[in-house]
Amino acid sequence: MTDRHTLPVTADQEHLLEQTWRDPPGWRGWIGAINHKTIGRRFIVTAFGFFIAGGLLALLMRAQLAGPQRGLVGPDLYNQLFTMHGTTMMFLFAVPVMQAFAVYFVPLMIGARSIAFPRLNTYAYWVYLFGGWMLFAAFFLNSGPDAGWFAYPPLAGPEFGPGKRVDFWAQLITFTELSALVEAVVIITTIFKLRAPGMTLSRMPLFVWGMLITAFMVLFAMPSVMLASTALLLDRLVGTDFYNPNEGGDPLLWQHLFWFFGHPEVYLIFLPGLGFLSTILPTFARRPIVGYTAMVLALIATAFMAFGLWVHHMFATPFPELGKAFFNAMSLLIAIPTAVQIFCWIATLATGRIVWKTPLLFVLAFFFILVLGGMSGLMLGSVPLDLQVHDTYFVVAHLHYVLIGGAVFPLFGALHYWFPKITGRLMSERLGHLSFWLMFVGFNATFFPMHWLGLHGMTRRVYTYPAGLGWEGPNLLATGGAFVLALGTAVAFANAWWAWRRGVPAGDDPWGAPTLEWATASPPPAVNFPAPPVVHRRDPLWHAPEEPTHVAGLALRQREVLVTTVRDAEPDHRYRFPVPTPWPFLGAVATTVLFVGSVFTPWAVVWGAAPVAIGLTAWFWPKKDDRDAQAIALERAP
Amino acid sequence: MNGLHDVLLSGGVQADRVIDLWRLLLWVCSGVFGLVLVGLAWALWRAPSVRNGSRPLHPDGPARARLLHWRIALATLVSTLLLVGLTAASIATGRALAGLSLDGALHVEVTAHQWWWELRYEDDPPGALFSTANELHVPVGRPVLLRLRSDDVIHSLWVPSLGGKRDLVPGHEVTFTFRADRPGVYLGRCAEFCGLQHAAMSLQVVAHAPAEFDAWIARQREPARAPTTAQRERGRTVFSGASCAMCHSITGTDAGGRRAPDLTHVASRRTIAAGALPMGEESLAHWITDPQSVKPGTNMPPTVLTAEDLQALVAYLGSLQ
Repeated sequence: MTDRHTLPVTADQEHLLEQTWRDPPGWRGWIGAINHKTIGRRFIVTAFGFFIAGGLLALLMRAQLAGPQRGLVGPDLYNQLFTMHGTTMMFLFAVPVMQAFAVYFVPLMIGARSIAFPRLNTYAYWVYLFGGWMLFAAFFLNSGPDAGWFAYPPLAGPEFGPGKRVDFWAQLITFTELSALVEAVVIITTIFKLRAPGMTLSRMPLFVWGMLITAFMVLFAMPSVMLASTALLLDRLVGTDFYNPNEGGDPLLWQHLFWFFGHPEVYLIFLPGLGFLSTILPTFARRPIVGYTAMVLALIATAFMAFGLWVHHMFATPFPELGKAFFNAMSLLIAIPTAVQIFCWIATLATGRIVWKTPLLFVLAFFFILVLGGMSGLMLGSVPLDLQVHDTYFVVAHLHYVLIGGAVFPLFGALHYWFPKITGRLMSERLGHLSFWLMFVGFNATFFPMHWLGLHGMTRRVYTYPAGLGWEGPNLLATGGAFVLALGTAVAFANAWWAWRRGVPAGDDPWGAPTLEWATASPPPAVNFPAPPVVHRRDPLWHAPEEPTHVAGLALRQREVLVTTVRDAEPDHRYRFPVPTPWPFLGAVATTVLFVGSVFTPWAVVWGAAPVAIGLTAWFWPKKDDRDAQAIALERAP
Repeated sequence: MNGLHDVLLSGGVQADRVIDLWRLLLWVCSGVFGLVLVGLAWALWRAPSVRNGSRPLHPDGPARARLLHWRIALATLVSTLLLVGLTAASIATGRALAGLSLDGALHVEVTAHQWWWELRYEDDPPGALFSTANELHVPVGRPVLLRLRSDDVIHSLWVPSLGGKRDLVPGHEVTFTFRADRPGVYLGRCAEFCGLQHAAMSLQVVAHAPAEFDAWIARQREPARAPTTAQRERGRTVFSGASCAMCHSITGTDAGGRRAPDLTHVASRRTIAAGALPMGEESLAHWITDPQSVKPGTNMPPTVLTAEDLQALVAYLGSLQ
């Protein structure tokens, strides 16, 4: 790959491209920006903001549970706390933060000038932000949901969950699922149609593969929970009886629909984490990944199997024994594709040369934490053992080992890895190591004792526990660990803040990495690639440049991108992209009014539809320019 | 509260089997976990450390790639065999658990309420049915068949030392079987989040020697003891006159409420309010006058009584052995 400074683009042309592709300045930029890097940055910051909020809720819970019979928070607040914590971490942090990184990095990693449907992408961000605000506004108005992040009826139904608490929860699902589905469409289209020429499917970076598969999982999993939560809202708002056993409904219907989404949900947090590992490990092992094809097939296999596990959340409900045996087997066998990837990573490290930097530390933690969580997962997949430890602190330990080890530690690795690309500055290695060890030790001190607590009878979701059962010591240790973990996280964020203000300039490619995002400036220009690259190999930056090196001939004064074919990424046609506009923002405001209004009255759906329709109509109002764009689209490249 | 409440300390054959399975998985999983960490440590020890940004290695040649792939395939095969073995062991244990003989089983109907357990003994002779709360007495060595139902939201019955867990889902009637093989007290809890006092919804299983159990059941079938002192007599009057009798029943008196625990032999129980307080006159007085400070959110309303009335009521209830 050629050096950026010898690009076949003059400084004047680069300047012109910047003018064409940049977001409007000032306040118009606040509501009108559509560049995927602007939206991606906001998305990442917002998701980490919700991560901090969810973490503070967890600290409050740990403070309450530090000793038996403490009175720091009562049952009503405690139930809101754990519901808010679970909901925030699952719906407002874990899934969105992965999509946020994808919004920023997928176009860069595939050599594209933009994400597909940039306005839709913007709309998805605003809908997500407003949904999160609604949830926290409700919480601060003492209307925080209190029926758990899983909201089982009848406890979440109209009879046992009065008030508006559960309605806000169910409506948050609508917000975040709408956002996630839209993002899935955006990501799939970007990956299928905007890859640099020559980046065939078999040359795609593994993080891009992970996000592609995740996006497809979103398309199949999310409609299930959206359907379920809409039915719950109808039960609560207009008196339907989907889940009311006294009128022919069934509470188990909810559980099947919820977990049909809920189990794949775990994997749509986990697969991007695997993608981070497969991105970071080769760079710091200084060699291409071992077993690329096996890695891709393992990701796909995981995605399929993830849809055949949901009943292992329901082994204690009335369910046929033979059916349980099937889900027992699936729950154990899904470990195979992960095992394949672990073996490939170990082989990569063993045959590579190691660069000891903070991102590597964070992903190496995966091998300890996630693998331990996987082992407790095997125990939970086994029906007789699950029936003992289901709904105890053993499960709390397991799920945090899996999610934090499988997603959050790799995510912090990715943050340290990609931070210089986003800001142009390097995070401090010393603070990075400090935050890593605080987080690693704090994490294990928090969650390892919970295995013991579960085996010794402590159930989940209890706001207090009696003295004398021997639970005091492990609980106190867990609380201490939680504060160390929080401190480590705070050090990491402080490191990022400090680096953003006055970190060491990073240059284009501080790690000597193989993928295309490092082929452009840090931070990247608005157009991403003044001269879009042509790809000839799997790790393009690790090979001498080959002809042709770049795409030429795209317009300078229009937002023009090259669309390529799905499998082989052959140039197909040029396509003109839309310009910044506030309509996605205004459309999201109108959507929010409709959603929040319908918590209170079904008529909001009727009256709220009008502003939404106006917003969408204005958004898609054809302009003279667009006809030119269509004309260009028809003019096929040679 | 004293009693076993531990997955790894068993009181019966069911929990024994689960402990065997637990040990198998613990050893296999610990071994695999250790091997992964050793493999990682070996890889990091074997690979030389280099400076950031140093020249990357070339892709593997075909021979080396094949060697690596074979090793990965072999490790995957071994993992798969282990997983299939663990699946087989789980299913075998599940079958053994389901195969508990139910000959001569004791039948008890369990109804979960927010936030207590109602237990109705339906054994023969017919008509000798009686109801108690939060304390399940069973004979050692005899299988027990519980018929489970929920009166409101989903609850889950879990007694760790006796093995297994079963959700009580409104609209579904399910059964749960177990056998206590060693006498003792086994603590259980509601395991499914069920609202404000999910934390204080415990159940005690008391396993007696058969003769002792027969004596217990004979006493429970009798109506409540008549008051023997003037104070207790006054207590009974207070009970019927205050709001108590709206929800509670005491066999042999006018009190026939069904919303709340049957108090016919309340003083024979070890705790009150589903394990929230130990049984005793002081606890009873506290619970009657200020239940919300003990179990915030409980459906038991506070009752305002004069000091004498309260003392009389507590004395009466304390005599209901």
